[in-house]
Amino acid sequence: MLKWFLGGREAQSSVEKSSVLCIGEEQPKNCFTELQVLKGHFDIVRFLVQIDDFRCASAGDDGLVLVWNVETGERLQELRGHSQQITAITTFTCHDEATSHTSLITASSDRSLSLWDPDTGNRVQTISDLQSVKCLLVLERLCMWISGGEELCVWNKDLELQCQKQNHSDTGITAMIELPKNCIAAAMDKDIAIYKLTISTDSPPSVAEIRHLSDHQDQIRALINVNDDLFASGSHAGELVLWDATELKILAYEHILWEESQASAQMEIRVGGAPKPSEMSVQHLTTNGKLILAAVGSGLYVYSVQTKTVVAYRKVAHDSNVLHTMLMSDSELMSCSEDGSVRMWEIQDLPLPAEPTSPGFFGMWNFSRSNKQSGPPSKKVVDLPSMRTLELTGDLIGHSGAVQMFLKFSEDALVTCSADHLLILWKNGERQSHLRSLALFQKLEEKGGL
Amino acid sequence: MIGSPDVVAFTKEDEYGQANLDPWALPEEFSVPLHPLADSNPWAKTSYAKFTKDFILISEFSEQVGPQPLLTIPEDPKVCGTFDLNYFSLRIMSVDYQASFVGHPPGSGYPRLSFVEDSRVVLGDSKEGAFAYVHHLTLYDLEARGFVRPFCMAYVAADEKKIMLQFQELSFRFSQASECLKAGNRRAFAKELQRKLRDLEYTHSVLQREEGLQREAGPQCMYSAHAVEKANELANVEKSIYEHRDLLRQISSYHRRPRRDPQAVACQKCMSECLNECEELLEKYAKLAKPFSYTEKGEERQGQFEREGGEEEADEEDEEGVKRRPSYTPQLIKGKSAKCFDKRLKTLQELCDETFYEATVELLKETERSFRGDLCYLHTRRLEKALRRKQRVTNFLFEGELGDDDEDDVGTLRPFCAVNHTVNNYIHLNPPPIVLGPEPFELDALEPQDPLDPASEASHTQDSELGLGESHLESSPSDQTLETQESSEETKGSFSSDKSGTGPAEKRHSLASAKSEAPDPDSDLTPDPDHNTDLERESSSEDMETTAGEDDGEDGGGQTPVSLLEVPSDLEASKDDACEGSNESDLLVPLDTACCIAQDGFLYEASAPEAVPGLHQSPHLSQTLVVNQEPQALLPLQDDYTVGSPCAESPAAGLELPGNLLGDAVSRISDGSDCTMSASTGSDRAASPLGYGGVVTLRQRKKAGQGALRFVRQYPFAMQALWCLLSGRTLVVLGADEGRVRRLVSSLALFVPGPGKCAERVQAWLSCPFTLTDLHRWKLIGLQRVASPVGSSMLHSLSRYSRYISILDADLKTLRCPPYQGQLLANIADHRTYVRRGSTYFLHAQSTLCHLAAKAFLLTFTHHLHMPVSSTEGPEVVEGRRRCFLQEQLGLGEEDSQILLYLSRLITQQYLQPATGGAAAPPSFSFNYTTSVLYRI
Repeated sequence: MLKWFLGGREAQSSVEKSSVLCIGEEQPKNCFTELQVLKGHFDIVRFLVQIDDFRCASAGDDGLVLVWNVETGERLQELRGHSQQITAITTFTCHDEATSHTSLITASSDRSLSLWDPDTGNRVQTISDLQSVKCLLVLERLCMWISGGEELCVWNKDLELQCQKQNHSDTGITAMIELPKNCIAAAMDKDIAIYKLTISTDSPPSVAEIRHLSDHQDQIRALINVNDDLFASGSHAGELVLWDATELKILAYEHILWEESQASAQMEIRVGGAPKPSEMSVQHLTTNGKLILAAVGSGLYVYSVQTKTVVAYRKVAHDSNVLHTMLMSDSELMSCSEDGSVRMWEIQDLPLPAEPTSPGFFGMWNFSRSNKQSGPPSKKVVDLPSMRTLELTGDLIGHSGAVQMFLKFSEDALVTCSADHLLILWKNGERQSHLRSLALFQKLEEKGGL
Repeated sequence: MIGSPDVVAFTKEDEYGQANLDPWALPEEFSVPLHPLADSNPWAKTSYAKFTKDFILISEFSEQVGPQPLLTIPEDPKVCGTFDLNYFSLRIMSVDYQASFVGHPPGSGYPRLSFVEDSRVVLGDSKEGAFAYVHHLTLYDLEARGFVRPFCMAYVAADEKKIMLQFQELSFRFSQASECLKAGNRRAFAKELQRKLRDLEYTHSVLQREEGLQREAGPQCMYSAHAVEKANELANVEKSIYEHRDLLRQISSYHRRPRRDPQAVACQKCMSECLNECEELLEKYAKLAKPFSYTEKGEERQGQFEREGGEEEADEEDEEGVKRRPSYTPQLIKGKSAKCFDKRLKTLQELCDETFYEATVELLKETERSFRGDLCYLHTRRLEKALRRKQRVTNFLFEGELGDDDEDDVGTLRPFCAVNHTVNNYIHLNPPPIVLGPEPFELDALEPQDPLDPASEASHTQDSELGLGESHLESSPSDQTLETQESSEETKGSFSSDKSGTGPAEKRHSLASAKSEAPDPDSDLTPDPDHNTDLERESSSEDMETTAGEDDGEDGGGQTPVSLLEVPSDLEASKDDACEGSNESDLLVPLDTACCIAQDGFLYEASAPEAVPGLHQSPHLSQTLVVNQEPQALLPLQDDYTVGSPCAESPAAGLELPGNLLGDAVSRISDGSDCTMSASTGSDRAASPLGYGGVVTLRQRKKAGQGALRFVRQYPFAMQALWCLLSGRTLVVLGADEGRVRRLVSSLALFVPGPGKCAERVQAWLSCPFTLTDLHRWKLIGLQRVASPVGSSMLHSLSRYSRYISILDADLKTLRCPPYQGQLLANIADHRTYVRRGSTYFLHAQSTLCHLAAKAFLLTFTHHLHMPVSSTEGPEVVEGRRRCFLQEQLGLGEEDSQILLYLSRLITQQYLQPATGGAAAPPSFSFNYTTSVLYRI
């Protein structure tokens, strides 16, 4: 493409070779045909949280928290108060009264925690001079929340410290999840610590470490709940471990490895021997209970909980590290990456071996993607019939920096945030146009004519 | 009436009547006369004026030197050329309707101020080729004879019809100016009176003292001659004081008298301020009128007087602030005033307050600007404006300037206020119409129809009874087309009431026209075969308290009219001849002798193209040259000041001259006339008070038309490029040469829907990488191609966003965009178009775009295309219906539908904008995912 712009006469044929994987401009399955650029941040936007059906909050390195109306793209509130970058943000909904009210909790590098009211933009409460906080976990059931970092602190809804627990790791807690029986799993470097929260009516709650799981070879990057019985963790070395949430035992251990030499290799489960750590680091895990989607380096792996195998994968799904993923349904997923794009994928059954030889199909297929395929999965299906492919169905290009995170709202609205300081609100153009028509006729009626 | 038979004034009666109004008639703005000049050559109406463009002349009838011109607007000596202003002033001032007045009317002790309404007259001077709307007004001047100074403001034009048809608006504008001047004048006059009164009182007191001294000195019973003289003087002064007090009273009662002039609307606040001032003065001086007796002690009185004087001064200062000098020493008034011819008369500036004067001049300048251009131009502009006002919803799409709609509402009679009082109580009036070409009707319709038409008969007799030499444009009721009716609005007073085009009002209106448009008695009086004669003069002078105007009118009507229109019609004939036989190049066009005499020159019809450049030098020179243009067109067109518009487009467009040479000449002219035409129309728009600061002017747009035409002819994929723009896909024009890219961008900018007032959606030249936001802020971008790191990052952004943009490479002449095979744009992007002139193409494209906008409007506001008709319908049904509408009813293909959908989207957004509050929500940018192909030349 560059060549073409620079003036090469041969132009069109070489146009789309620069990208590793390119779907081209024809994307019939991509419904995001309208976008709004939301400006307001001055630095990398790292976090997005959904407040309710139509609001979300964004936070980033500029210490700002902005509340947006996703329907209109308006900026509703600007929460100012943190002087340094925000390290964690979460919503906190307390149901103890008849009315449930959602507030925002933010943690920042300025060593303070703040509680915000997103409706008014007020900073309800703030606590400073803390140890640094890297992650937040809300225990809605208990109407409490926990901040993790160099120490683990338990707070109640009024931002009163209930108890705290020092830990002795250098890195501190990077991720936390809630486990059954008032247990909390916290990832610290290579280990997962299990804490038990004891709540009694007469005394303040206390927290105690009950287990220490140190089966990972490398630093734990991702920790998620799969369902009530399972949780999963992924490490920098590409290990994916499935844990039993009650027994706290390893159910499955998978080492996702990138093999340079064998392009046609199937999923390898190996121990040791890591070529390039960043290329196989598990950046992000998501699950819908049945499938676990792991972002490994710049690739995507879909792991089935039931069969405990990888069912579909694409080694090079993006040009650069995948930062955030999402499973939209059993067959659709979405990923965003440092390369600035958001891609939508579909888990497709491979065509039966007999069929794909039809020249028409292949002809079209090759035509639409003239570039080389990184992992042509179609050839090696015979021996693994359960294997399916991950097909790119669309991509969203708009950000000029790494897309840090995205958040999907119902009705085809997607918010992405990026290192280019922007948020982009992607929408279904047809639906928007329908909504506009509705508004138009409503206004027409109100005005009683043109 | 000084020796000029055709300086005449006519008056019109203000009568209202009823006429049948066709209920099915189109509204005025839609009723473009199809063939307004069906049987007359539009360029036949040449004039032989010695001035190059219309101007406003202010003259006065000085009691010392007679009529003299004071100033012209614009104050450019070039404008008047060799036109004799002095002579013309003499003519227009000689229709002095105000002769009636002055001095001591019988039965009144004091001199009376005459409250004279302005008069409005149309005068013509065929010899000079000048026609003028003349607005007479009087200002008060204490030192002038009868306290009045007659002035007149004239709009002088070469085209008589322009004046006739614009009469209403001219009258409106000049009334504003006049009211403004008069308001200033009343203030000034009151001040002057006040000063005078003070002087008189001072004199009075001095005289009294002297007399007292004398009386004390001399014996009681004896009066020396000196004493008698003193006593007389004293009596004179006292009388003078009374007189001046009375004047002051009169001037302050000015506003109370009923105004018969419906157009004379003054700013109420100014009026009341002035009134208050006057009343205060009156009060102050009322008590002083009591003759002083010198029985009391002189010193005491003196002191008292001085105290009073001091108070007065203080008061004055309060009242008038800085406007007056801070202290005023009363002066002795000589018993006898200086001789009339010795004293210096006040200038117009002095007569009116400075602010008022300047405001008036401003107003007149604006008036002058707004009347630039010829009648056709004004007419079409007004039609366009009226149409546009009805299309507010879609205007923003392709109509360049929108800002003018409110400022320039002719429909509002707003008192003009020099000191900018915000006036809420303005009055609506029907917009003064411009009528185009009623004359074809008259040509045949006048007499033959008379006996057939009872209405005209009736009014005829009525008119005859009245005996008024009434003349008008619309001669016969049988011509009651809308246009003629509208033009009859010239009937004065017809828009004094508040009517906004409602039925009854209209009816009354048209009745008025029906009556007043009766056939001309003139034509009976002077059985001239050419009925056009009536046309040439008309005056609907406002009826006046002094009936001089009417008298004048009558006189004028009685006079034998000299046919002016004979000239054009003959000329027209000759033109036709010339056109037919224009191969004979050195043909001397036979002209009406009268015309030749009038002009002292000849018209040639010929082919030599060399003549064209020479034309601009001087009209005299051009007369000796062999030209194929109208004389008027020969006037210096290149001067962008010149708005003589019939000329600009006339020769090339109107006269299709056969022959190669001629063809050449024509095309040369047409090339050149692109700029001249835009100069003539565009420049005055740009300069017009409507004010488009950095806005794309019509001129630029027309220029862009030329560029667009070139683009269309040059690039076979122009259609695809236009489609990109119209369907909302950002088009990036990439090139190394800034000039070329800018040119391309400015010509393509025509096709950017909703470009914004200042073409915000267009970025002519960008030399840095663009971002996503830029992509939907700008729909057309000129991008610099550079071979450097910057360049590569720019190319990166190009390739990154390639799905949102189309790229037109100006250097390689390629276009990368989605394929377009539609038919919708075929007629504006025809590679082999026969359109040769940029402005023609501009209009052509404009009409196509307008068409598109109309369709988009339909699409947007048709309910069932967006909403389910019944509750059982799903969105798919609606979607299908919409598609069906686009494909079957509008006959559009997929790609063409996209254009409409995009336009419709813009309309929707525009319509919803105020409601959603616009600013808070960022604009949304929609696109679709389609592959692009590369088009080459």
